[in-house]
Amino acid sequence: MKPADKQAYLEEYELLKKKGKPFFPYAVLKDSAMMLVVVGVIILMSVLLGAEQGPKADPTSTTYVPRPEWYFFFLFELLRVIKPPELVPIATIGIPTICMVLLLLLPFYDRGPERNPIRRPIATTAGCITIAAMAYLSYLGATGGSPTEIDMKVAPQYEAGKEVVAGSGCLACHKLGENGNNGPGPELTHIAQRIPRAAILRSVEIGPGIMPSFRDLPPKKLNELADFLSSLD
Amino acid sequence: MKLDSLIPAPLRKPAKPGASNGAAKGPAPADLKTAPAERPSDAQRLGDRAKDAPADVLAWVDQRTAASGFLTGMLYRKVPKGTNWFYTLGSATLIAFVSQAITGVFLAMFYTPSATQAYASIAHINNDVFLGQLVHGMHKWGSSVMVILVFLHMGRTFFFGAYKYPRELNWVIGVVLLILTMTMAFTGYLLPFDQRSFWASVVGININGTGPVVGPYLSDFLRAGPELGATTLSRFYAIHMLLVPGAIIALIGAHMYLVVKLGTTAPPWLKADKPKVAASVSQLDAGVEGNGAAPPNGASAS
Repeated sequence: MKPADKQAYLEEYELLKKKGKPFFPYAVLKDSAMMLVVVGVIILMSVLLGAEQGPKADPTSTTYVPRPEWYFFFLFELLRVIKPPELVPIATIGIPTICMVLLLLLPFYDRGPERNPIRRPIATTAGCITIAAMAYLSYLGATGGSPTEIDMKVAPQYEAGKEVVAGSGCLACHKLGENGNNGPGPELTHIAQRIPRAAILRSVEIGPGIMPSFRDLPPKKLNELADFLSSLD
Repeated sequence: MKLDSLIPAPLRKPAKPGASNGAAKGPAPADLKTAPAERPSDAQRLGDRAKDAPADVLAWVDQRTAASGFLTGMLYRKVPKGTNWFYTLGSATLIAFVSQAITGVFLAMFYTPSATQAYASIAHINNDVFLGQLVHGMHKWGSSVMVILVFLHMGRTFFFGAYKYPRELNWVIGVVLLILTMTMAFTGYLLPFDQRSFWASVVGININGTGPVVGPYLSDFLRAGPELGATTLSRFYAIHMLLVPGAIIALIGAHMYLVVKLGTTAPPWLKADKPKVAASVSQLDAGVEGNGAAPPNGASAS
């Protein structure tokens, strides 16, 4: 913005301000009404929706769904959209960091004097696309499939392992045949073609990347799980 | 003017310079009136003194802080023409934060940030404490409300171009407040210590760990040990209720100071009808704003 534009804005603003009303009591009244609505909504949500506890946290348990609070869904879904392992850091930290820096520095690169959204087509479009993308990713996150059921036929000796996989929430991040979510983790449908049993077991115990470690599972269950997964070719 | 008579004198709207001497500013002080014919009764004098007490207290404070100039400037500053309901989103966010702070204090009275007792203490709050579930629920759902309001408030600022000169710094502070709000949401999610919050935090910390360069250090710092456990919980608790709220309160203060100092924007589609003597605008400014020792809005004409 050129100095002349700045001066013009300040003069324009002074004129609009002079035609305005004093903050007290006019704006204060509006703000107070809004505040009452907000507190009312919070109390109403608390009364209607409550604050139920889930089952107690248990590092050795095998039944959980690692789902963030809904307003982090869009970040979590980003991991599903961007899957190749070498790109995961870009999805997890890269994109959010870049977005935050862009947001933080917004007034320093968007320096035009125009403020009307209709006459700032680039900014307005970018803003609308960002909102739509976040809303879409949040929607995907909210409608993700149940990660605790596996609907597929396996040989009887692998049934136990299938149950461990189902009960451990693997499908929250992995696709297995028609079940589960395709990402952030790699698809498991033909996992045995790609890595041997020992490597599967090691991955499950270490928890590479963003995957949680499952080393607290009882050894018997770990073995059943590895047996089942290494049968998928 | 009825409202004015309810406001103690130091906080009353200052007279415009050049306005006639206080004709509309309530009765003149008692000592300027003609002396009463009879000496008032003790009860009457006591009553009069009691009536003056709030003004006296305020005057006493004002003499020592000189705050009334700032307060009257803040209260009676003009809000530009066209200010609509979109402009209440900032106050809405503020009250959501205040609600989180108050309910948080009450939850902290009963919550135990220990891996073995956290879950039971939440159950105790929900089942035994008077209004416990209501307050817990307000805190839980208040976080969603606050996140939504922060984003709406940011959207309004973005689409109205309100982050532009001279309010760039306030936008930066606002973005930092957004990041801090999300930090609050992330750290608060672990505290109930149920399965959902536990495993979501495991994944969340792992996600931080995949970041370039600082990622592993960040996740080590958050986890406070090789596994998510007791030390993680107390670390999240300290971040959630000491570190970040302190920063948020300080930054909200700075944010609101700048709002008062620079004024709220007018809707971007409004144009002022230029008066014929536009050249003298800056002189007019000096006249209107220059009514106190340190007019809070004075800098807008820099």
